[in-house]
Amino acid sequence: MKRVYVNEKWCLGCHLCEYNCAFANSGLKDMAKLKGQKIYPRIRVEGDDKITFAISCRHCEDPICIKSCISGALSKTPDGMVEIDKSRCVGCLTCVLVCPYGAVIQDGDGAVQKCELCLKNSSGAPACVAGCPNNAIVYEER
Amino acid sequence: MAINFVNPEFEVVRNPNRCIACRVCERQCSNGVHSFDPETGTMMADETKCVDCQRCVALCPTRALKIVKNECQLRENANWQQDTIYEIYKQAGSGGVLLSSMGNPKPLPVYWDKILINASQVTNPPIDPLREPMETKVFLGKKPTMPERNPDGSLKTDLAPQLELTMPVMFSAMSYGSISYNAHESLARAAEALGICYNTGEGGLHEDFYKYGANTIVQVASGRFGVHEDYLSAGAAIEIKMGQGAKPGIGGHLPGKKIVGDVSRTRMIPEGSDAISPAPHHDIYSIEDLRQLVYSLKEATQYTKPVIVKVAAVHNIAAIASGIARSGADIIAIDGFRGGTGAAPTRIRDNVGIPIELALAAVDQRLRDEGIRNNVSLVVGGSIRSASDVVKAVALGADACYVATAALLALGCHLCRTCHTGNCNWGIATQKPELVKRLNPDIGSQRLINLMTAWRHEIMELMGGMGINSIEALRGNRLMLRGVNLNEKELEILGISHAGE
Repeated sequence: MKRVYVNEKWCLGCHLCEYNCAFANSGLKDMAKLKGQKIYPRIRVEGDDKITFAISCRHCEDPICIKSCISGALSKTPDGMVEIDKSRCVGCLTCVLVCPYGAVIQDGDGAVQKCELCLKNSSGAPACVAGCPNNAIVYEER
Repeated sequence: MAINFVNPEFEVVRNPNRCIACRVCERQCSNGVHSFDPETGTMMADETKCVDCQRCVALCPTRALKIVKNECQLRENANWQQDTIYEIYKQAGSGGVLLSSMGNPKPLPVYWDKILINASQVTNPPIDPLREPMETKVFLGKKPTMPERNPDGSLKTDLAPQLELTMPVMFSAMSYGSISYNAHESLARAAEALGICYNTGEGGLHEDFYKYGANTIVQVASGRFGVHEDYLSAGAAIEIKMGQGAKPGIGGHLPGKKIVGDVSRTRMIPEGSDAISPAPHHDIYSIEDLRQLVYSLKEATQYTKPVIVKVAAVHNIAAIASGIARSGADIIAIDGFRGGTGAAPTRIRDNVGIPIELALAAVDQRLRDEGIRNNVSLVVGGSIRSASDVVKAVALGADACYVATAALLALGCHLCRTCHTGNCNWGIATQKPELVKRLNPDIGSQRLINLMTAWRHEIMELMGGMGINSIEALRGNRLMLRGVNLNEKELEILGISHAGE
């Protein structure tokens, strides 16, 4: 299965991926409409002055978040992508606590959200990858 | 000083309706122009630091930014123009020599733009390069003038060493130090993929790049930085740098703060020491001295590699080239006055040297007149901007062209001409690790390959239009050129007729 991978050697820490992610999942027509809004990206740039890298869901082979989900909101697609049914999420945040990568995050409405590879929005392919200026984020089979 | 006489050259215009305060501009500006004001939640700009490199403009995800010329102008004066006045203010403030980077930006004549190319009509058929074979391969080096035979009557087939290129273009010398590791890697990988050569410049060859040796020209300049036996043997050819088009007659100075880590090791000088290339080679004061160095280098490499002598285009270039052609050199590279540089005194860059078009025409004619044109190949550089410039140069007599500015543009350079500050936001002319990493050689080399592939197609189209199917048949074919807006003397030197003749 194709996953989003990050090569920290080329990550510039520009945080564009966060904005591209937020925009892709916002349903807005123009990114400028994000003006004044607090964004909840599903990919986060971490690091310090010396090194930066972007983190998003690894779509683990054996996802601990799914095991921990008390309401059955998290599940795995036949392809192996970990997806979330927000209508079933009760906001207990157990998955947020157990995810070893910190890749499951609460959205603005109380439910949790995570990277679903932009397969459920109009991008069709990960927007963070398409918008990365230095090929630091790639979407590939490994 | 209390009063700053120099107004900011540019204005940062931010469209408040589009700016989402993502702070990408702030994070990407190494000059510290942009900042975020947490009180108002908006972005601010200090345009005194802006160099118009357009990094922020290119990365702004909402296209909220514009960098425009500052409209606050001094009173118009055709003689005392604002640039001239500001240079005086700067010198009055600093007491120093003005420094500039990249090529001469002054509105001096560009002869390429006054030369037009022929095409076949009716009586001689054009060739469609998509349907018929078209040769862009060139060999650089000394060519035999006469067939020679062995005692048994068979033909002698041993040639002087040649540099084989798939197209008549090479990346010209830019040292590791003046440009970054990633820029060098991009050039090296692209040269290998394209079957052409790049040039180390005078800063030595990083150990990681020895594997690209077959596509590398190693340079020996007046500072002799990084020159040793393995280095000379590593390349496909050796270039002796006598001069550079952007700064003929002066040497180079890479400040000690850029001599860090690998740059210091590659140049074989201590960290933090200034790398000063003297204006002359201290062992070359005549053609005979040059001949000694040419043969020393040939001896060191067992006569297996062609030796290039690179000179700046200056007033007596034809006579100088004639001397070089007799020195044993295999290739002469001539760099015109519009050539780029990582740093040069402004006055020298803008006022010294002559246009490459005139230098090339004069040299080719002189070598033909003296019957020594086959002794050497001619490579020209100094602002070759497009495939048509290449075709015009070949038709004027060049065997190949050197391009550097165009290659840097492909890597992202926006010609802001502040390489000498070492703060290149595009990761090219800098040694700061956080900036160097902005140039990913995977992207850089691919963009160079794309550019050269496009040029090769265009060269074939232009040749096909003329009914010519190989570079060999185009070389020195000045009948394929006509001049416009040129006077008698210029036409005479270029050796071409006026349009309509």
